[in-house]
Amino acid sequence: MTPHAYTPTSPPLPETADELRARIPGWGADLDPADRPAVPRLQLDPGRSGAHWEVPDQQPERWPRERSIEHAMLTPVFGTSCPPKGVSGLIRRQAYARFSEARAAHWLLLVAADRVDTVGSTLGSWVTRRPENPLVGTGIRTELSHHGWSSRVGRDRADVGHHLLDPVVVAGPWLVGGTAVVALARAARRRRRSS
Amino acid sequence: MRAMVYRGPYRVRVEEKDRPRIEHPNDAIVRVTLAAICGSDLHLYHGLMPDTRVGMTFGHEFIGVVDEVGPSVQNLSVGDRVMVPFNVYCGTCWFCARGLYSNCHNVNPNATAVGGIYGYSNTCGGYDGGQAEFVRVPFADVGPSRIPDWMGDEDAVLLTDALATGYFGAQLGDISEGDVVVVFGAGPVGLYAARSAWLMGAGRVIVIDHLEDRLEKARTFAHAETMNFTQHADIVVQMKRTTDFLGADVAIDAVGAEADGNLLQHVSSAKLKLQGGSPIALNWAIDSVRKGGTVSVMGAYGPLFSAVKFGDAMNKGLTIRTNQCPVKRQWPRLFEHVRNGYLKPSDIVTHRIPLEHIAEGYHIFSAKLDGCIKPLITVDAA
Ligand SMILES: NC(=O)c1ccc[n+]([C@@H]2O[C@H](COP(=O)([O-])OP(=O)(O)OC[C@H]3O[C@@H](n4cnc5c(N)ncnc54)[C@H](O)[C@@H]3O)[C@@H](O)[C@H]2O)c1
Ligand SMILES: [Zn+2]
Ligand SMILES: [Zn+2]
Repeated sequence: MTPHAYTPTSPPLPETADELRARIPGWGADLDPADRPAVPRLQLDPGRSGAHWEVPDQQPERWPRERSIEHAMLTPVFGTSCPPKGVSGLIRRQAYARFSEARAAHWLLLVAADRVDTVGSTLGSWVTRRPENPLVGTGIRTELSHHGWSSRVGRDRADVGHHLLDPVVVAGPWLVGGTAVVALARAARRRRRSS
Repeated sequence: MRAMVYRGPYRVRVEEKDRPRIEHPNDAIVRVTLAAICGSDLHLYHGLMPDTRVGMTFGHEFIGVVDEVGPSVQNLSVGDRVMVPFNVYCGTCWFCARGLYSNCHNVNPNATAVGGIYGYSNTCGGYDGGQAEFVRVPFADVGPSRIPDWMGDEDAVLLTDALATGYFGAQLGDISEGDVVVVFGAGPVGLYAARSAWLMGAGRVIVIDHLEDRLEKARTFAHAETMNFTQHADIVVQMKRTTDFLGADVAIDAVGAEADGNLLQHVSSAKLKLQGGSPIALNWAIDSVRKGGTVSVMGAYGPLFSAVKFGDAMNKGLTIRTNQCPVKRQWPRLFEHVRNGYLKPSDIVTHRIPLEHIAEGYHIFSAKLDGCIKPLITVDAA
């Protein structure tokens, strides 16, 4: 038989509407698009939200708040988690001040700032009373308590191959960075000795 | 207060933090009683979302009790048991006025392309989230709702994102009676999308994943046919075969940036961060839907480019519909469906983890250990 794609008609369905209604509670309850909350699109109705303002009051800006240059102004309300700080903060401010969201540079600078922030904060934690403990923070101990082995092995999972990469991704930059620091220190010592 | 805190890719911990304060007259402070980890949190956890700062508290699925209200709050009082949509939104900007609550222009100075989301990086507004004892809830008169008396806590917390998103994803598919719907991803969003597709009259629902525990849930909870993509040489060809070479009428991407199935794509995006997200599932959706069909994208991707097969989408005349879910718009109808027993959100919860052990919760959910489908975070402020 010629498959239906090559003919004018659709393939028959395995079950009729009545069979589906009997098998699946609620089948067809939203058959009429008018019952679907996302239909129609763009219904202008500002009163529906419960807001009792046309323009919200302005939240006070307690420190200069970075913002996208695609915005005309600081939004009336904004989050106050983690103000920019240190070197990563300088990079973040540049990313926001110079590049719009349309520019890859904007995002790449922010990603770079994230990595600087991570390294700085982790090293920083080791001189506080709450040093970072990678065994706890990564939750890696659940590999033992929650069937790490049997959850993966013999199960045709597509992600098992790169799970092996996770430790490399997490620990790799530290190993590379650490090695670089040691090498630089050695080189500096050698240079001092030879001068 | 105790709060989950991001420490860098793959690392989180619980810290003592200052209790949030009222920053705006329409703020409320909510004492969290139950939260969840969402598939979206994994993008942050893996370091895929630019401007995710060390020290941020994640969590955009939570319920709690109103602990304090700002001077202009009229609709909520201290002591109210509330559910809070994952969107932070004002209610009156150009976008909110038209119901696009997830695209609010008044709450996220950091970006115009995305609205405000609790605990979802500074790119989404820099709001601390609800995996903590207390959380600041802006526009308390607009976002939160009192939880109906008949609704359980676990159902309520799942309505703040996962269930609403799955239901919304099925709606963006514009499903008509008898449509063949394929859902990529059998996580919480995909399972709810598959279940919702039936409500809209689908004639066949097929769910694709590679995790057997989740596919099992797709069969029992979502009443769907399933395919494990690792067991087929080419899942797109398999989809063509099962639809008499037409392709599905509707495809829903409920996977997003971490998609597996092609090591190069996965590693270049999720591990090396050279792409905004791994487009494997999205490309499969584009290629396995029929010409003239609809692709609904619920999976989240980062702001950098991804190698999406746009030529195929164009040549096939596809309609691609996307958005973060405007959660509260879904609620009145979803409440009816939950009440009628058409949807039972808590059926997919597999793990309940105390806030103090949240790092373990993230690893279990991220590595998909122990049959984990949906982990809830229990919070108990003394
Ligand atoms: N649009 C929104 O408002 C919104 C809201 C919530 C979540 N999301 C997004 O939805 C997606 C799913 O969320 P979730 O909580 O269900 O996450 P999840 O991580 O639990 O589920 C993702 C599932 O996709 C599967 N998968 C991986 N690669 C696949 C492939 N190539 N084909 C088919 N399946 C594949 C995984 O095995 C997993 O079961 C995420 O990207 C999340 O960010 C969007
Ligand atoms: Zn989410
Ligand atoms: Zn708005």
